[in-house]
Amino acid sequence: MKQRLLYLLVAGGGALAPLVALDYIIQFSLLWMMIIFALTWDIAGGQMGYNSFGNILFFGVGCYAVVVIQRELFFDFNEYRNVTDLTPLSAVEYFWSFAIGSVVGAVLSVALAVLLGSGILGLRGHYFAICTLGLGVAAAEIASGWEFIGAGSGMVAPMFPGSPDGRGLFFYYLFFVLAVICFLSLRWLYSTRFGLALNAIRDDEDKAEAMGIHTTRYKTSAWCIAALFLSIAGAGFGQLNNFIDREVAFPGPTFGVWMVLMAILGGKGTLWGPVIGAVIFHVTQEVFWTYLFGWQRVAMGAFIVLIVVFFPQGIIGWLRNCWPERFGVRVDDDARSAQVSLRNEV
Amino acid sequence: MTNILEVSGASKSFGGVVANHNITLAVPRGRIVGLIGPNGSGKTTLFGSIVGYHAIDEGSVKFEKREISSLRVPEIARLGLLRTFQQTRIYGKMNCVQNMEISTSHVQESLWDMFRPLSAATTNKAEGLLDFVGLYQKRLLPAGELSFGQQKLLEFAMALMNEPKLLLLDEPTAGINPTLINGIIDRLKRANTEMGITLFVIEHNMRVIMDLADHIYCLAHGQILAAGAPAELRTDQRVIDAYLGGN
Repeated sequence: MKQRLLYLLVAGGGALAPLVALDYIIQFSLLWMMIIFALTWDIAGGQMGYNSFGNILFFGVGCYAVVVIQRELFFDFNEYRNVTDLTPLSAVEYFWSFAIGSVVGAVLSVALAVLLGSGILGLRGHYFAICTLGLGVAAAEIASGWEFIGAGSGMVAPMFPGSPDGRGLFFYYLFFVLAVICFLSLRWLYSTRFGLALNAIRDDEDKAEAMGIHTTRYKTSAWCIAALFLSIAGAGFGQLNNFIDREVAFPGPTFGVWMVLMAILGGKGTLWGPVIGAVIFHVTQEVFWTYLFGWQRVAMGAFIVLIVVFFPQGIIGWLRNCWPERFGVRVDDDARSAQVSLRNEV
Repeated sequence: MTNILEVSGASKSFGGVVANHNITLAVPRGRIVGLIGPNGSGKTTLFGSIVGYHAIDEGSVKFEKREISSLRVPEIARLGLLRTFQQTRIYGKMNCVQNMEISTSHVQESLWDMFRPLSAATTNKAEGLLDFVGLYQKRLLPAGELSFGQQKLLEFAMALMNEPKLLLLDEPTAGINPTLINGIIDRLKRANTEMGITLFVIEHNMRVIMDLADHIYCLAHGQILAAGAPAELRTDQRVIDAYLGGN
């Protein structure tokens, strides 16, 4: 009951936010994107214990996929490179190419996750983390050298076919709906064998193998799911930003690190932790940029240090330590009523 | 009676240290077989070789007539040959019920089954087995918060949840208080008779292994020193010497 009320409140608040805060709609769009970042990072990083610093790769693939598809469909390669104002696309053209590009980006990202995952997910602990760190860097280097995707000069996304307010609303609801779908999908996934298997791998992978769990299969699937949602978020962000290059598409030092921090701040390995972490982080960041301008990066750095030092378990983890019964951790003194029959168990 | 496990001529050395040399033994289906030997005699290494933790240098390991010495750990586990660890291993941050639920057999698991919700039957079975080992009241606590002895019981229950055909137990009573040991012997025997699980047990506690096993192998310096019924081994001078440091 309480839970349903919470969901209703979040969904209602999210759906109605543009009505009260149209001026800040882009900030709110980005808030939902941050929630997607934290949620998807937590699949492998929190639930499975594989700290990845390379998830930003999938975000960038999504960014580029849409813009490349749009160019291939509607523009001449040379014309596209030489003019600054592109002929605007019609609404139908814009949304269709956006949708197709998102799907292509998602398929590419998942394929990449399978391919790379089957290789590097065999690494454990720090080795995995370092290896993924290389992924994002390598992707950015490739992006800045590859003519087909604009190389160093980047690519311009087509103009949104509509008013600025319409544009804001479109992107707001895009990220809002995507975040909600992402959250609900993960909520469902964590209630299945999948969730338990990821936790088992986190707690003791050798034991999981000794018990016959298909660890490689679970690990790769986990990364694929993260890749899927991140890629679509990237597709949206590229269009929202109107311009992409290696800095925008593969922002390892910003988005790439933030997604880790947000999940840790809220509580790794929990469903709500990343959401809470993302909200607090994003709001704090906006406040710093507004009131501490000039010192915002220093303040942010101090904030990050505070998170890691004082909330190593995150907010949800801290709450769980304080009130374990609230999280279902308790001794049940009642004896089990049903008799155990070893023979006839299912 | 058929043998569920047959090891013949198995050797394993680490660098220059010969941990197992030319080991030949058999575990008949449906029985409880013991493995004893002084510290460092190669018992755990032998278990490791059987379940695929490391490859053997020569010889063969057959499980249900099938050669398994070249298979990997999870593959062997899915055939129905499980082990428990001397240093107890459980999933520390998950509660006991979750530890049990994820320990169901993964033999038939398809890609689709990975995303299937847990059934009430699974949970019921998990709770039933936790009750069987006396952990029902603690089922909602994180497994890492249990005492060492309780973790040992949990690990045993997890193995039962998997319904293996053959279970290799590495010192199931080490570090457990004497009162609880009788309970464990009783549970092991019931798992054997009622669930039909063949057991192969490493044990240092002579009272336990004499009570439990139908047949015992004694290992010393990486080789089979003696084998026979518990009563025979108890009086075997070679076994006594090995344990008391004669030789």
